Amino acid sequence: MAECKGILVFGELADRKLAAITTELLGCARKLADDLKEDVSCLLASDAVGGAPKEAIAFGADKVYVVEEPALKEFQADSYVQAMEKLARDLSPRVILMGQTSMGRDLAPRLAFRLGTSVTTDCLDLHIDPATKLLVQTRPVYGGNAQAVFTSKLMPQMATIRTKAMSPLQRDDSRKGETLPTRVAIDTSKVRTKILETVKEEAEGIKLEDAPVIVAGGRGIGGPQPFQTTLKQLADLLHGAVGASRPPADNGWVPEGLHIGLTGKIVAPDIYFAIAISGASQHTAGCSGSKHIIAVNKDPEANIFREAQFGVVGKWEEVVPALTNKLKELLAG
Amino acid sequence: MPVNMIVCCKQVPDPEAPPAVFKVVDNKMSLPPDVKPVIGQYEEFALEAALKIKDTVGGKITALSVGNNFVRDVIKKALAVGADELILLEDKAFEDGDSWSTANALAAAIKKIGTYDIIFCGRQSSDWDTGQVGLGIAEILGIPAVTLAREVEVGDGKARVHQVIPDGRQVIEVALPVVIAETSGLTLRYATLKGIMAAAKKQPVVWKPADIGLDASQIGASGRRAKLDKLFQPVKEGKCEMVGGDTPTEAGANLAKRLRDAKLL
Repeated sequence: MAECKGILVFGELADRKLAAITTELLGCARKLADDLKEDVSCLLASDAVGGAPKEAIAFGADKVYVVEEPALKEFQADSYVQAMEKLARDLSPRVILMGQTSMGRDLAPRLAFRLGTSVTTDCLDLHIDPATKLLVQTRPVYGGNAQAVFTSKLMPQMATIRTKAMSPLQRDDSRKGETLPTRVAIDTSKVRTKILETVKEEAEGIKLEDAPVIVAGGRGIGGPQPFQTTLKQLADLLHGAVGASRPPADNGWVPEGLHIGLTGKIVAPDIYFAIAISGASQHTAGCSGSKHIIAVNKDPEANIFREAQFGVVGKWEEVVPALTNKLKELLAG
Repeated sequence: MPVNMIVCCKQVPDPEAPPAVFKVVDNKMSLPPDVKPVIGQYEEFALEAALKIKDTVGGKITALSVGNNFVRDVIKKALAVGADELILLEDKAFEDGDSWSTANALAAAIKKIGTYDIIFCGRQSSDWDTGQVGLGIAEILGIPAVTLAREVEVGDGKARVHQVIPDGRQVIEVALPVVIAETSGLTLRYATLKGIMAAAKKQPVVWKPADIGLDASQIGASGRRAKLDKLFQPVKEGKCEMVGGDTPTEAGANLAKRLRDAKLL
């Protein structure tokens, strides 16, 4: 087998621009590549990639492989994995990085099994062991109650990274890089799934991922109504968004898109209010990157107080309206 | 059309146990004996998805698990809620596998079972959380897979899968046989008394590595592709400043003042 070299990033797009996760992947890949003195390649696959290749170079890529195919218009794992497998076999990279996103979750294990290698999903840290040159991969396990470190001698070494876990480079439009249009014939007969219907359930107002303040409610909220009244009033006052832990989403009190946690969204606002959330590791996995966590819970032993900077023990029904009213007064004054 | 379904289930330490009881000792997770094992939460959702199909169009459900030292009362919950058969790949050699060796063993067992229309899995195990086994089984068997699934309907040799996507959902049509990995959303029904009694009488089928044509070197810890170098628990500082008051209302107002003083808002 030829020597495996370089880092290959699978880049995701959002409206023909680089998705935030792609800039995070490139930032991480750049550091690994510099340690190895090797190159960063980025695959951008879609029906049309717009100005994204230039952005990828500005954020750290040396080479951008552009695969534009009509068959890649909608995301289907069966078509995307073909483009990735082809490029992985042609380039023989040492490392392949993807995002732990909806796409990455669907694609990375399929690609790893096809390439006969392993993938470590949801990594929080990646670095190169100077002695062995192997990729040292750290990820949370047991719902975030522990972390595990893995290495694999199989090439390519594959990992997906958690959103918001790695820092992008400062955008530098003077960086030099190469854009390489690449043809991959997508065999549509191998696309075995068909999308019959797509329903978007976007919440009104500011997007959860972009909100500087999040007011999140848990199982203890007890029903859908307070998410639209008590919690929303606090969120609105602070120009923030309402979120939830898993039980409210599973019970249909809020749309799934508001679910924050290991299997929901990962958020990192400046201020995170955890209201009637016990703080299971599966939830805090989604909000532990917040700058300040503020917890309100009637149980003084609740785990959320181990994560929080400020806490109040008490019934949220009484604490939160008082908090909102007093803040309104203080912010006005 | 009766549907042949296999539901892959994993016995795991209760993921809902309080975080404080999870302790790493000698690179292994150690939990006090009062934390009982359970079937993984996503596999419970998978069982419910299978049971709903059995309710509507009929069929057979085989629960399948790989590991060692299964607690019979725990894993037999699959039978108690309505699975027809339980197959356990149970041997010391199956211990400490990774996603690859686990998927490989399950795929070998599924080939031995032979007839299947839908293989249900959880989106990720409730202990190692890797989210790979279902997709891996599909790759090994060369069949399609849909992950992050909720409701599944079956008809005309096809499945219609409601899949969760960012900020919404999709309906995916796929031909059988297929692997479907379930996310949260479908709550597993309670076992009936009749179901519990029937499960108590039923014995699981136990297969050893040789029964599925695998050598001990291909499974469990020996079959791993990714080496576990270290398991650890990051130290949490945990210095929460508690804000009080004579009443919860006063505490709420005091919190507002404290946040303002700390210049957070």
